[in-house]
Amino acid sequence: MSLLHLAIISPLILALFIPLVHKTVSKIHTGWFLLPLPVALFAYFLSFLGDAIGGQAIMETLAWIPSLGIDFSVRVDGLGLLFALLITGIGSLVVLYSIYYLSMEKEKLNQFYVYLLLFMGAMLGVVLSDNFIVLYAFWELTSFSSFLLIGYWNHRERSRYGAQKSMLITVFGGLAMLGGIILLYLMTGTFSISATVAMAGDIVGHSLFIPALICILLGAFTKSAQFPFHIWLPDAMEAPTPVSAYLHSATMVKAGIYLVARLTPVFAFEGLWIWLVGGIGLLTLFWGSFSAVKHTDLKGILAYSTISQLGLIMSLLGVGAAALHFPEMEDGYFAVAVTAAVFHLINHATFKGSLFMVVGIVDHETGTRDIRRLGGLMTVMPITFTLALIGSFSMAGLPPFNGFLSKEMFFTGMLRAQEIGLFNMESFGLLFPVVAWVASVFTFLYSMIIVFKTFTGKFQPEKLEVKPHEAPIGMLISPVILVSLVVIIGLFPNLVAPLIESVMASILPPLLAAGHDFDVHIYHWHGLSPELFMTIGVILAGILLYKFMPKWAGIYNRMPEKFSLNSFYDKGLENIQRGAAKITDAYMTGSIRSYLLYIFTFFILSLGITLFLKDAFVLDMSHVAEIRAYELVLAVITAVAAISVLLAKSRLSAIILLGAVGYSVSLFYVVFRAPDLALTQLVIETVSVALFLLAFYHLPKLGKNIEDTRFKAGNLIISIGVGAIVTLIALSAHSSKMFDSISQYYIENTYKKAAGENMVNVTLVDFRGFDTLFEITVLGIAALGIYSLIKLRMTRGREQ
Amino acid sequence: MFEILLYIALFLITVAMFGLIYRVIKGPTTPDRVVALDALGITLVAVIAILSIILRTNAFLDIILLIGILAFIGTVAFSKYLEKGEVIENDSNL
Repeated sequence: MSLLHLAIISPLILALFIPLVHKTVSKIHTGWFLLPLPVALFAYFLSFLGDAIGGQAIMETLAWIPSLGIDFSVRVDGLGLLFALLITGIGSLVVLYSIYYLSMEKEKLNQFYVYLLLFMGAMLGVVLSDNFIVLYAFWELTSFSSFLLIGYWNHRERSRYGAQKSMLITVFGGLAMLGGIILLYLMTGTFSISATVAMAGDIVGHSLFIPALICILLGAFTKSAQFPFHIWLPDAMEAPTPVSAYLHSATMVKAGIYLVARLTPVFAFEGLWIWLVGGIGLLTLFWGSFSAVKHTDLKGILAYSTISQLGLIMSLLGVGAAALHFPEMEDGYFAVAVTAAVFHLINHATFKGSLFMVVGIVDHETGTRDIRRLGGLMTVMPITFTLALIGSFSMAGLPPFNGFLSKEMFFTGMLRAQEIGLFNMESFGLLFPVVAWVASVFTFLYSMIIVFKTFTGKFQPEKLEVKPHEAPIGMLISPVILVSLVVIIGLFPNLVAPLIESVMASILPPLLAAGHDFDVHIYHWHGLSPELFMTIGVILAGILLYKFMPKWAGIYNRMPEKFSLNSFYDKGLENIQRGAAKITDAYMTGSIRSYLLYIFTFFILSLGITLFLKDAFVLDMSHVAEIRAYELVLAVITAVAAISVLLAKSRLSAIILLGAVGYSVSLFYVVFRAPDLALTQLVIETVSVALFLLAFYHLPKLGKNIEDTRFKAGNLIISIGVGAIVTLIALSAHSSKMFDSISQYYIENTYKKAAGENMVNVTLVDFRGFDTLFEITVLGIAALGIYSLIKLRMTRGREQ
Repeated sequence: MFEILLYIALFLITVAMFGLIYRVIKGPTTPDRVVALDALGITLVAVIAILSIILRTNAFLDIILLIGILAFIGTVAFSKYLEKGEVIENDSNL
């Protein structure tokens, strides 16, 4: 185990000790004990920066299940490192923020921090493991810990609903992803991600390639809340705000983005990948920004904004994948989309994290997150207002913040998308920049709503539950750090350029091999390009829409709730439950008669169809012995008695007739020379007839209507069917004997080896005595069972 | 010759058995059936005896004795059941 492995699982180890610490040191907020770990991890991962920028990947392997090719191998390259830094960096800030956000007296802090640590470790595992199965294991751990965190206030019904919804959707995707991983394994024969990437060229066109692609994308889309799986994210806002800031804006929802980026070199040679990733991303971008505007809950707006920004990153990755199709193009022509994706990934984590924290502060200090009750907080909470202003302007894509830069690059990528000479892009390509532009207008709109509806306008203290005031300094530290990053990256974007270059090297390794090298330079001013005019258009259109919002916002109410995806999910879940209940009620009637019907019908069908399909029925009369007269007579007697049992008018006659059948069978044993069997059969038959009589006597008086068996055509058909099938099989089996019997050995050795003359008895107790032992056991159990049934019932009756 | 005689005897007994089975099925009362069943047991003894001669074996002689005992016990049990409603009386005092 290397230090790297230890770093990944250190949050899980610390999670073990948190409850202990919480219990013993109750005076100090538990979060303080936690804080050093993500900070130390952040520092540790920073030390890899030099290697990653130099294009070196660090690989450590720890054998886990070597026989199955599953090793806990860890690989730190640009992409993994970027995510690891985000996770640990924002993790530290979120822990610091939560120390001030969560009250020490009211909250169950030990649970909160255990879940948070579980999540942190799992997320580090996802982004750093180089083995698909290990990645999947950590992936599911993120789903579970997210479930626990969303349902943290589990006394609230909405929290439980949100937790369940996110669990169902992300685990659905996770399982699909596992399917994709296994399909990939079938094609490549390895679980190693880097080996799979190296083998990418060989598996394109394999028949399992497209199914694997779709399964993997299902996993990525559900986790990253892409359309139509985005519906869990707004409901996950029931979680405490530090959780929303950490999981549902900066880290977990980017796991899908990570997966898409990581597997781009494997799948991007397939046109479907570009279409799916780019198209779904664009759709999500538009739908998320469009839906965000109608919300009145600040966290609801932020949730939809997260969905839309994730869609933006996803669509950029899709377009950027086209770069692999044209390695001869000038450096970074399509790859600029990937640059934009990575850059926006960093930017989004910074401004969205800070915005969530700001919303948490507003909620904490005013008691509400509803923009209809908020307003005019600018003078009350000046620092928070500044933070919100910078975060939102960055999100809207205004200069000089970092969002502006990534938005410009986003437009560049989208404009170039229509020049991809593949897959009908000439005609459909125009959609990309147009949809992107419209979505950006809505993004601008809701960013303005967040700032101006909350902090400007009329101050309405009477609508608020608590008297609003500025947040404590501790709560402000984390958003201040994030917002300073927004500004610093905005002013000096080339600080992160080397990191972006190394990330691009991991996303597009074939280009690197083809002799390209990614030279990222981000400028504020790049001439009077179409992108600049698009941005100006976004701002103008956004301001117009904001001004006239009351005029047109009515269209949101026009859309019937019935057709929304949420109601589709709710109805679907309800219908699945109701349908399952209906099916179960339909076949599980509780009546043994119908179960026997199923069993026998299945018996007839399975054996009959097998007999028919395999052409197995053979009739060979050559081995058949001669029929003797008394055998025939005996058969007639048995048959008459057996049929009379069915037609018997009273139960008593049925019992007697059954006895007659039993005695006739013992006579058969005599005829076929089996004296021991005949003896036993006689005794047993007598005893069982006596038992039947006993049971008959104890039938309850009431409803003791001695009527003949009711006739049912279905029963007749099934019983005849069973009889016919068994007869046919017996005939076929007898007709196709393949080997001689082994009884010759017993005949020769019964006396010689076992010192007995009765061959049946010698077989029972000597050659095959084991069976006898356990049949004795069966009888013993039956006797004990009967005894306890009678005895226990009697004692219970006495107590009553 | 002897063999033919045996078969004839077997046939006659079978005819008798059919008559008894008819009585078992038809009734009309339960005692009728019980008596017929008892007689069926005894005819069974005869059938087995003749069969062992035909098959030239004495392996079935135990069965003859057993049927005798069982037919007796069975008939007694049945009779008791018809008379008292139960076969083994419950010592309710204990």
